[in-house]
Amino acid sequence: MTWLDLNRDLVLDLLGRHVRLAVPAVLISVVVAIALGRLAWRWPRVGTVVLGISGLLYSIPALPLLIVIPVLLSVPLRSETNLIVALAVYGTALLAGTAADAFRSVDERVREAAEAMGYSRTGLFWRVDLPLALPVLVSGIRVVTVSTVSLVTIGALVGISSLGSLLTDGFQRNIREEVATGVIGTMMLAIVLDLAIVAIGAALTPWQQRRTKKQKVVTA
Amino acid sequence: MGIEFRGVGKTYPDGTVAVADFSCTVPSHRTLALVGSSGSGKTTLMRMVNRMVDATTGSVLIDGRDVRDLDKVALRRSIGYVPQAGGLLPHRRVVDNVATVPILNGTSKTAARAAAMDLLTVVGLDHSLAKRYPGQLSGGQQQRVAVARALASEPNILLMDEPFGAVDPIVRRDLQDQLLQLQAELGKTIVLVTHDIDEAFRVGDEIVILKTGGIIAQVGTPQEIVAAPADDFVRDFVGTDRAERNLKTVDIDGKQVVVDGDDRPVGVLR
Ligand SMILES: Nc1ncnc2c1ncn2[C@@H]1O[C@H](COP(=O)(O)OP(=O)(O)OP(=O)(O)O)[C@@H](O)[C@H]1O
Ligand SMILES: [Mg+2]
Repeated sequence: MTWLDLNRDLVLDLLGRHVRLAVPAVLISVVVAIALGRLAWRWPRVGTVVLGISGLLYSIPALPLLIVIPVLLSVPLRSETNLIVALAVYGTALLAGTAADAFRSVDERVREAAEAMGYSRTGLFWRVDLPLALPVLVSGIRVVTVSTVSLVTIGALVGISSLGSLLTDGFQRNIREEVATGVIGTMMLAIVLDLAIVAIGAALTPWQQRRTKKQKVVTA
Repeated sequence: MGIEFRGVGKTYPDGTVAVADFSCTVPSHRTLALVGSSGSGKTTLMRMVNRMVDATTGSVLIDGRDVRDLDKVALRRSIGYVPQAGGLLPHRRVVDNVATVPILNGTSKTAARAAAMDLLTVVGLDHSLAKRYPGQLSGGQQQRVAVARALASEPNILLMDEPFGAVDPIVRRDLQDQLLQLQAELGKTIVLVTHDIDEAFRVGDEIVILKTGGIIAQVGTPQEIVAAPADDFVRDFVGTDRAERNLKTVDIDGKQVVVDGDDRPVGVLR
C-alpha cells in the first residue's frame, strides 16, 4: 500500500504509456488481419500461404524481433514505434486466421441474395460481409487485446516504458509491491479493455443480442 | 416483349453442363414457372436473367436488350429478387430489409422506410413486426418480407427461387394466394422456380418442365400439361397417374360429387 501511495503518479504515467502502446498495436492488427483474412477467404490458395506465413511470424521470439524491426524500419530501438510494430506483427498473426473464419461464417444464402439485390462489391463488403463477420471477429479481437496488453511488458526489457517497467525495476530492486502492482495493473488493464470490446461488439451487433434473448425465452 | 431466353447454355468451370440449349419467352405481365427435379438447371436459368450467372452460349434478352450489354449492378437493382428461405439480411430490421434497394438507388432513408411500411401492409404483415430482426420472425413471415423487399423498387420483373419451399403446406398456400392477388393487381413479369408441380400449376400462367441439363420436357399452360403430358417423364413428374389427379364424378342424392382415385371427395360439380 505504502509503495503504491508514494508512486501513484509514476504508476498512472506508466499505465497511460501502456495503453498508448497496446491500443494502436491492436488497431493495426485488426485492420491488417481483416485485409489478410479477406484475401484468404477470396483466394483460398493464396490464403493458405499467407496464413501459413503469418502463423510463422507468431513463433519469432520477441527480443530478436524488437532488434530486427529497428534495423528494417530504421526507427530507434527504444521507440514506441518499434514495440507497436512488433506487437502488431504478433496481433496480426494471431487474428488473420480468425478473420478468414469470420468471413467464412457469413451465410452464403445471405451474400447471394444481397448480391442479387444489387449490392456492388464494395457495398457488399462494408454493409453485408463485414457486419456479419463481426461476431467471430470480435471474439478474435478479444484474444488479441488480452495478449497484446500482456506482451507490452516485454518492451521494458529494451527500455520502452510501460507497466512492464514496474516488473523489471521491482525485480532488480527487490520491491515486491512494485512487482505486484505491475502484474495486477497489467491484468486489470487487460480485463477492462476486454470488457470494453465486449460492450462495443454488443452495441455493433444488436441483432445477435435479440436472438439470444429470444432463444433464452424459448428454452425457459 | 418480356424476357427471352435465346439458345442459352451454361457450362460451369468444373465442366458441369447445367443447361445445354434452352429457348423460351416469358411475355410481359405473365408468370413463368420453371419446374423440374433437383439439378435440372432451374436456378441456373433464372440467374441468367439478373446476371448472377452469365450464359456461356446464347443470350438472355429483356425487352429486346441483351442483359450482357447492361450494367450488372443496375440490372439487378431493377429486378425484384425473392431468394429461398434465409436470404434476408439478418443484421437489418424488417423495415430496413424492405427499404434496401430504394436506398441503394438513392432514395432518402425516411422516404424509403415510409414506403417500406406501406409494403408490409401490402404483403399482410403487421407494422409491429417492422422493428424486428429477421431472426425474430417465423419462416412464413420472413418470406412475406422477402416479397415486400423485392417489390420495393417497383421492378417490372420478379425472380423467385423456390420462395415458399421451406414453409409448411398451409402457410405455403397462403403465400401463393397472396402472390396471385398481388400479381392480379401489379402484373409483373415473373420467373418462378419451384420443384412443386402443384405450386407451378397454381401460380404459373405458363409452365416449363425441365429434365437434367435444362432440356425442356414440355412447355404449356397448366391445363395443356394436365390434358396432354408430352411423355412418360412429364406424366411421372405431374403425377398424371396419382389418385388425386384422377377424378371422376359420382351421383349422390342428385348431386355430382367429384371424387379422386381413392374415392375421396374433392368437391361438387356445378
Ligand atoms: N457454381 C457451380 N459450379 C458447378 N456446378 C454447378 C454450380 N451451380 C450449379 N451447378 C450444377 O449445375 C446443375 C444445375 O444446377 P441448378 O442449381 O441450376 O439446379 P436446380 O434445378 O436449381 O436444382 P435444385 O432444385 O436442387 O435447386 C447441377 O448439376 C449443379 O450441380
Ligand atoms: Mg435451385
